[in-house]
Amino acid sequence: MTKTVNQKAWLLVLPVFGIVAFSALLPLMTVVNYSVQDSFGNNQFFWNGIGWFQELLDPSSQLGERFFDALWRNLLFSAIILLIEVPLGISVALSMPRQGWTVAFCLVVMALPLLIPWNVVGTIWQVFGRGDIGLLGYAINRLGIDYNYTASPLAAWTTIVVMDVWHWTSLVALLCYAGLKSIPDAYYQAARIDGASPWAVFRTIQLPKMRRVLLIAVLLRFMDSFMIYTEPFVLTGGGPGNATTFLSIDLVKLALGQFDLGKAAAMSLVYNLIILATCWVFYTIMANVDAEHRPAGAAQDGAAETGAAAPSRTRVEADRRAT
Amino acid sequence: MARITLDHLAHSYAPEPRGPADYAVKEIDHVWEQGGAYALLGPSGCGKTTLLNIISGLVIPTHGRILFDDRDVTALPTEARNIAQVFQFPVVYDTMTVAENLAFPLKNRRVPRDVIAARTKEIAGLLGLERAVGRKARNLTADAKQKISLGRGLVRSDVAAILFDEPLTVIDPHLKWQLRSTLKELHRRLNVTMIYVTHDQTEALTFADKVVVMHDGAVVQMGTPEELFERPAHTFVGHFIGSPGMNVVPAEVEGATARIDGHAIHLRQSYPKLPERQRVEIGVRPEFAHLRPKGAGIPVQVRRIDDLGRGRIARVELAGRPLCASVAEGAVGIEGGEAALAFDLGQVHVYVDGCLVAGVPLAGPAP
Repeated sequence: MTKTVNQKAWLLVLPVFGIVAFSALLPLMTVVNYSVQDSFGNNQFFWNGIGWFQELLDPSSQLGERFFDALWRNLLFSAIILLIEVPLGISVALSMPRQGWTVAFCLVVMALPLLIPWNVVGTIWQVFGRGDIGLLGYAINRLGIDYNYTASPLAAWTTIVVMDVWHWTSLVALLCYAGLKSIPDAYYQAARIDGASPWAVFRTIQLPKMRRVLLIAVLLRFMDSFMIYTEPFVLTGGGPGNATTFLSIDLVKLALGQFDLGKAAAMSLVYNLIILATCWVFYTIMANVDAEHRPAGAAQDGAAETGAAAPSRTRVEADRRAT
Repeated sequence: MARITLDHLAHSYAPEPRGPADYAVKEIDHVWEQGGAYALLGPSGCGKTTLLNIISGLVIPTHGRILFDDRDVTALPTEARNIAQVFQFPVVYDTMTVAENLAFPLKNRRVPRDVIAARTKEIAGLLGLERAVGRKARNLTADAKQKISLGRGLVRSDVAAILFDEPLTVIDPHLKWQLRSTLKELHRRLNVTMIYVTHDQTEALTFADKVVVMHDGAVVQMGTPEELFERPAHTFVGHFIGSPGMNVVPAEVEGATARIDGHAIHLRQSYPKLPERQRVEIGVRPEFAHLRPKGAGIPVQVRRIDDLGRGRIARVELAGRPLCASVAEGAVGIEGGEAALAFDLGQVHVYVDGCLVAGVPLAGPAP
């Protein structure tokens, strides 16, 4: 059988090309365009080649120093967030009830912080942490500890970390809980018969079975914390000084505060590439984990379903804020 | 190694059981002898898994006691009972190798390292897993995983009994036979009590020395496969065991004469005092009911004849009731669907309200 060539089919695909070009390609190309030019306003542009990129990636230049400071700050923040939220999320999931009406109650309570808009979270904590009218700030100061997130970098960091933990730990916990629920009872019974301690049950059954959902949780939390903007912007505005100026805050300062469009465009492209690269690494790891499992042919393995759904989900979540 | 005694055991999942209908396992008095191969056979939901979980300690019974030899273990948790269990779905620890899986129960019990190594090697050899010891357990096939589950029970030298909860459910049919013969072989060599739960009569009858048939939470018969086949103690056992199951027909029994639909059968035993106003039935297996030409027995209508490979089974109708009968080799000579049934009289049993009634041997030679 020979396939007939039908060029008219291109017409049917054309609208998709049009929409994608308009929604993704053109805005992106604008940024690329800015990143290789300099502008002094009046819509006058001068060719600058890779000059902005060279300056950005050179730590000895003013722009480079500023960029790398924000980058390390941001990486440190993501690391702290992951180190707290992942173990905390796992332990919350482990201590959640497995049946009865309390399950629904716990799930609703856990989901509540996830439903609050980012800037509202920032506002809540801004008020909550104030020394004069905020319950938290007032209480800490009354305990004799000097706490003022607008003056002390340590206090500002602590507040942002606690706020993020409060906001997002439930996401990790809910994902882990789903992973735990998919473990058949027979595993726990077999472990009891084998005389396994609770720690051994966690190490040999629960953690391995949660591995895939944990990967997703880590990916989501890394991405979100690496791109964090609204909450610290509302809470501290990047201060005191530059103490909480994360990459996205710095980018906005550069682009909208100083109107350095060329530098800002170069920075957003590098920023985007870092995120894409991380996404790709995670995606590869997850694909490998799945591939390792496939020869087992264990269709009865309840966790397999969660794993299969994983890649598409992460892509969607990552794209949501990367572009 | 132990004898397991179930002493007036009963279990209900309802917090306050009222009537017998609330009980998942009705009162059972039973002894599992050390070294026996037992099968617990029954349809889904008859309480066999509950009974198994009571023995393994995953469920604490509502009433009664469980004794291992003379030790009361009713309240003891699973890990203190020296029980091993193989589940319906293979349970292996994903991150460990086969050898680590086998060593896991010993490691948890703080057995010295060299003993663990020796024991693991021995059991891997017994199960034919020597080649796989270094491999990750999760990459193995379902039957190898079931062997590992079994191996985790066998490594413990003190294990009192190994319980199997429908262990061949997820195994490919051609491997079922292999695994089952491995089980039999191990049972012969290791002299360990094995209790095997299944709803598949072939599995039960080929595996076990003694089969316990359960129905609706109660044990209806316990016996060797032959006993279950030849003398079903309950019409349920007759139906459930055998393929096709036993023919059960209402009859009037007086002394040594049974009447089905007005046709008299002369039994080998006499039933002088059958209780009145209760359901009286006679049961005969298709293997002992023979299709004959018209006039050579009780007249029946032949509906169809199925070839089962190992023999032919006739589906017949007697006064509107479907029965099965075996068909001898060669032609039978049936005209227009009219035929007759002849029974092996020694294999005809009388049931009152579903239970087998013992007859009195006839004094003189059978008429």
